[in-house]
Amino acid sequence: MHIVVCAKQVPDTSEVRIDPETNTLIREGVPSIMNPYDAHAVEEAMALKDQYGGKVTVISMGPPQAEEVLRQAISFGVDEAILMSDRSFGGSDTLATSYILTAGIKKVNEQEKIDLIMCGKQAIDGDTAQVGPGIATRLGIPQLTYVMDVLEVNQEKRTIKVARKLEGEKEILEAPLPSLLTVVKDLNELRYSSLPNKIRAARFNATVWRKDDFEMDLEQMGLKGSPTTVRKIFPPPDRGEGEIIPGGKDNPEEAAAVLVEKLVKQEIIADR
Amino acid sequence: MSDKFDVIVVGAGPSGLSTAYLLAKAGLDVIIIERGDHPGTKNVMGGVLYRQPTEELLPKFWEHAPIERPIVEQRMWLMDEESVVTLGYRSKGYGKEPYNNFTVLRAKFDRWFAEQVVDAGALLITETVVEDFLYDGSRIVGVKTGRSEGEIRANVVILAEGVNSLLTQKCGLQKDGIDSSQLAVAVKEIVALPKEKIEDRFNLEEGEGATIELVGQNTMGMMGTGFIYTNKDSLSVGCGVLVSQLVEKEGLNPNELLEHMKSHPALKKLLEGGETQEYLAHMIPEGGYRAIPKLYRDNVLVVGDAAMLCNGIHREGSNLAMTSGKFAAETIVAAHEKGDYSAGMLSEYQRKLENSFVLKDLKKYQNVGLVMEKNRQFFEFYPHALNKALEEFLTIDSVPKKEKQKKIWEDITSHRSKYELIKDLYRGWRMMG
Repeated sequence: MHIVVCAKQVPDTSEVRIDPETNTLIREGVPSIMNPYDAHAVEEAMALKDQYGGKVTVISMGPPQAEEVLRQAISFGVDEAILMSDRSFGGSDTLATSYILTAGIKKVNEQEKIDLIMCGKQAIDGDTAQVGPGIATRLGIPQLTYVMDVLEVNQEKRTIKVARKLEGEKEILEAPLPSLLTVVKDLNELRYSSLPNKIRAARFNATVWRKDDFEMDLEQMGLKGSPTTVRKIFPPPDRGEGEIIPGGKDNPEEAAAVLVEKLVKQEIIADR
Repeated sequence: MSDKFDVIVVGAGPSGLSTAYLLAKAGLDVIIIERGDHPGTKNVMGGVLYRQPTEELLPKFWEHAPIERPIVEQRMWLMDEESVVTLGYRSKGYGKEPYNNFTVLRAKFDRWFAEQVVDAGALLITETVVEDFLYDGSRIVGVKTGRSEGEIRANVVILAEGVNSLLTQKCGLQKDGIDSSQLAVAVKEIVALPKEKIEDRFNLEEGEGATIELVGQNTMGMMGTGFIYTNKDSLSVGCGVLVSQLVEKEGLNPNELLEHMKSHPALKKLLEGGETQEYLAHMIPEGGYRAIPKLYRDNVLVVGDAAMLCNGIHREGSNLAMTSGKFAAETIVAAHEKGDYSAGMLSEYQRKLENSFVLKDLKKYQNVGLVMEKNRQFFEFYPHALNKALEEFLTIDSVPKKEKQKKIWEDITSHRSKYELIKDLYRGWRMMG
């Protein structure tokens, strides 16, 4: 079974701050990491390879330094890692990114037929959750989003059965292969790389694919191919201080009345 | 799978990186194994990097490396409760090429240094702990790491594991469990301040740096020192004392000692408005010459802090580490040419150290630790007495100078007899001379 995983390099958002004057992200000094959901996708691909055999290829679109993400994937034990990097890819939104990645995936498929594509459910920098579904749509294959468990792969019937994480419930679905999965973190725990894989990663040089390696439409990539515009970036408003209504212990009825009055005043609940 | 390398270097600090750099340049197949996320993340020092020994490895490194400030002024503060006696040396020449020394932040500098080592051809493996050796009979033929399939083989293992030298102890070169009187614990804070404020407060031209070493009341009578070093837009403020003496002060922890030092009126203004960004702590090998382990055996060499190569009197450490790394590399290149990695061949490393400033300096000060440890008056009474004497002498109160001198002398001799004073003088002369 040949599995392709899409992985993105993102700033570690737990360390990103917003400049209060310009309202832009302060990226300086913020470490870059593999998008955590993508890391779980890589892990799941490796687990499926361990179970069913085959090959795992990781593909990333990004600037040259995104090679670090692929290096990390190699340390997980993946067989191949490809970087799609070109100046003309810069500034791509989710529409353009899915166009470029689809071209890369098609090229991989020409070299060795793909059975399954996996992505993280979304990237922690943009949180759009559009690139995975975008690729599935462009390829015309089924998309199984928010996958929390891969239950079964039937290589004879060429089907996959997964559990999707929905609000308060899970949904079990079966789909034909090839399909595209986007995954949540619940489906596995990341492995601790073996030493030979760490050594392979330290020696790793990514295969780089550029625009000219494909026949692509310049109008559909980069800023030109990106209809998304950012109107405004702003940090969420500071939460004001909470208020404690005193006396609840000794006189709960009175405290409750004060609370109701406040809630009515702020139109949080209706006045009878 | 078990890769075979020429050399395994355990630890990516100054000593390990120096060794690996020169070996890789000489064409040997080298792997460095580091437990931190990146080289430098686990490494701590006060913050002074010496130009000359660094340049022997990395010519004109200051043009590319992330250094903080070249140091143009070094001060010494002898502390009492509310007063301080200051000494210092400042030279404009130190602010120009080739410079004398620099302040650095190890998290940045070591990472950069490691990049040079990788560019030279060494393989760097991070987030990996070396747990034990691989043996063939009694001969060490490699190491075992904490990862699965974690064995690596090599002709030589360099132990650059730092002060907590577990492997050096495991292979019998260092005795088990280093004595707490041979270790200092040091803590430091990185206090953020705008560049201009640093330059104003320390009387510096743009980009220049200064260091202050603090001795006396700031260590509460324990053997140790404090320091303030200027970085680009922060100060490194810290102190270190002997572990054995800190233990005696029941209930006192190193942070409290640092807070005590920072509360001195002479420091308050320097630090005012600064925001503490980082807090770091580390051990320093202060055992000196007598505590140095056996430095080699068949297929193994020990460098840097693991070899106790640290000169606390002159706050030198990184330079000894780098120089020991250089000698280790030279020794191994010669061994590699002959295909002989026996103790006899590797003993050349020890000879090189003995013929250099590294062991010559440590030998010169071999008694200092013992004398200082037993004679705390050097950290307690003398800085205090000096402050008192100057206070008396500089206070203008119509008392004749002759009487003042007499009073100072009486004050001192009431605390230490003439005999003790002469003995201290002799001790001081013997240990420093």
